[in-house]
Amino acid sequence: MPKEEFSGAEIVLKALKDQGVDTVFGYPGGVTLPLYDEIYKQNFLRHILTRHEQGAMHAAEGYARSTGKVGVALVTSGPGATNTVTGLTDAMMDSIPLVCLTGQVPTGLIGNDAFQEADITGITRACTKHNYLVKDVADLARVMHEAFFVAANGRPGPVLIDLPKDVLMDQAQYIEPAKAKPRSYKPQVKGDAKAIEKAVKMMAKAKRPIIYAGGGVINSGPKASKLLTELVAKTGFPVTLTLMGLGAVPASDPRFLGMLGMHGTYESNMAMHGSDFMLCVGARFDDRVTGALDSFAPQAKKVHIDIDPSSINKNILVDVGIVGDVGAVLGEMMKQWKALKAVPDGKALKNWWADIDTWRARKCLSYKKSGKMMRPQFVLEQLREACQGKDVFFTTDVGQHQMWSAQYLNIEKPNHWMTSGGLGTMGYGMPAALGVQVAHPKSVVVCVSSECSIQMNLQEFATAVQYGLPVKVVLLNNGFMGMVRQWQELFYGERYSETRMEVHPDFVKLAEAFGALGIKVEKSTELKKAYEKMLAYDGPVIIDARIDPTENVFPMIPAGHPHNDMILGPGDTVETANDEEDVVLA
Amino acid sequence: MFGTYANEDDIRFHTIGVLVDNEPGVLARVIGLFSGRGYNIKSLTVAEVNPEENLSRITIVTSGTAQIIEQIKAQLSRLVPVHNVRDMTLDGPRVEREVALLKVKGRGNKRVEALRIADIFRARAVDSTNESFVFEIVGNTEKLNAFIGLMAPLGLVDVARTGVVAMGRGVEALLGMMSD
Repeated sequence: MPKEEFSGAEIVLKALKDQGVDTVFGYPGGVTLPLYDEIYKQNFLRHILTRHEQGAMHAAEGYARSTGKVGVALVTSGPGATNTVTGLTDAMMDSIPLVCLTGQVPTGLIGNDAFQEADITGITRACTKHNYLVKDVADLARVMHEAFFVAANGRPGPVLIDLPKDVLMDQAQYIEPAKAKPRSYKPQVKGDAKAIEKAVKMMAKAKRPIIYAGGGVINSGPKASKLLTELVAKTGFPVTLTLMGLGAVPASDPRFLGMLGMHGTYESNMAMHGSDFMLCVGARFDDRVTGALDSFAPQAKKVHIDIDPSSINKNILVDVGIVGDVGAVLGEMMKQWKALKAVPDGKALKNWWADIDTWRARKCLSYKKSGKMMRPQFVLEQLREACQGKDVFFTTDVGQHQMWSAQYLNIEKPNHWMTSGGLGTMGYGMPAALGVQVAHPKSVVVCVSSECSIQMNLQEFATAVQYGLPVKVVLLNNGFMGMVRQWQELFYGERYSETRMEVHPDFVKLAEAFGALGIKVEKSTELKKAYEKMLAYDGPVIIDARIDPTENVFPMIPAGHPHNDMILGPGDTVETANDEEDVVLA
Repeated sequence: MFGTYANEDDIRFHTIGVLVDNEPGVLARVIGLFSGRGYNIKSLTVAEVNPEENLSRITIVTSGTAQIIEQIKAQLSRLVPVHNVRDMTLDGPRVEREVALLKVKGRGNKRVEALRIADIFRARAVDSTNESFVFEIVGNTEKLNAFIGLMAPLGLVDVARTGVVAMGRGVEALLGMMSD
């Protein structure tokens, strides 16, 4: 008896089921009709209808980042597909596992400039980890499974599958996931034992060590975060985290120095600069982290753990590179640390911590609480306190509010912090929060945003209301594109070119128009009540918090400056002069 | 692996062999990687080498500092359809060959001289008219460059080159035609 055959659309659904997918974020269109018809006929898969394909992508990212699972988006051809490009690039930069299914015109029409045709595999080749155009339904099941494997394994990333309409309607046999492993892609998971041993010996000898960890720890799973926290406790080494790594070590851990880099804490950047040994775990020496490359941690021997060999020696040459999954390598490191009966240099460490405590005593995150207008730092500290004791997930948009969130929200757990790090996508926060809330219906999901960022994907409030997703949006409203304004103030002679939008909607009325709750807060004394109301309300909320527009993000290392060259507050200046190249925001 | 490099700022040429799945877009992926990250391509050749296993072999001659060359190999290795990447320049002695076709137009002494030089270089005349030759020459890049240079004043009007293909000397197949 010949094996049963299924339509392409049925095969897509079967593959999603076998891959454990229970939620997709999408937007239908002409060529995906066969697929949407199958979605209509089944129960296992929940489809969240966003208001824009970019919203679907960021929601899938939020879902993926907060669960560790692969996020799935489903869009139509042409404009539906091109609207995914920002989300794909964002996921590529931040290593978020996604599978994006795009519809395509029937194979016979490809290349004919047909209605809603776009060469999306061509367009997205540079912003996906891999992509496929399925021209034969016989390949479909294999490609589906392979896409999930590629998205989730190695350094995670977005994979796009382009599905011509006729392929969705043609018939073929279905193949199980186990029979569809890719034949060429085999990322290295286990680290080289000799390199690990070498690293452990270097750790034992270190006098001024620092652990610098990033998003790779989060991607490796909660076990990796636990191991990292254990390693920090075992060695007594100070640890700093990148923007993407926040939560990998609890913010309350006494050995955590705060975030590092351009807007990192004084103590973490000074410790990076003064270290004689650096263990980089799942981070990639990004320019926002390193500052000036030639004066980056000049005395430090460097060990770098990364699952992506191309991350090692890309920006900074290291002494030992270990290719492998962070969790696997850290596990092996702990084992070897015990086996070698290694002990840290206690006396040296004590001196090192004394140095660090002096830097900490500068209290670089302190701010003036007084003033006519609310301080953003205070708004966030109050938010943190209001959410205490709850399982709370934070997402952010991009700009000043994002940096303040990273500095003041004190993320305690991995996967509880979603932000657009590499690409810096304004408009990420709100849809990402939807994805998080879908995955965690009982938790509190707060999107910290601004009056500018939020307007880039404002339409998704309707999605939140439709699905009863009670996301809380806190706008730090200063009437400016604050981060660009800050650079104009500091480096462009206070010429505020096009950074002020003179017209903004009334966010309270806007929330009401969507069927959500809006609260405007202008005084510090009103904050506590507003947060109480926000958390008690069973539905989406916008808090429009009016903050001091002159407030800037500090500490700050101007682009291209070394770690020990920080501006700590208003009136402070860096020692070395800026040149033209330094003041480019990008 | 991952050591620091001597003379790290020197620009060097490397010949890199890449075994890939022969699928649509694979060449675009490789070329896109080079253009997107600002790497150089001096020459690039590609052809199917194993139809049963659907494998193609790409040979790239590129240049950069040692760190850039390492990056290029790491970046190539992480492309999904790539099976194997070998740095032929570091792998030891190798044979490198390129084919060129040259059209030389002329009469009289120049024509005789062109034939004479072709003979010295073991180039073959593969097409001939009363006032032109097409020469075929096989060799490494330097030999081809020298030949083309000598033909230039003798009426050279057209050149086509394949780009370099390379193979390691000796018994070992470092970059075989099999997927594993």
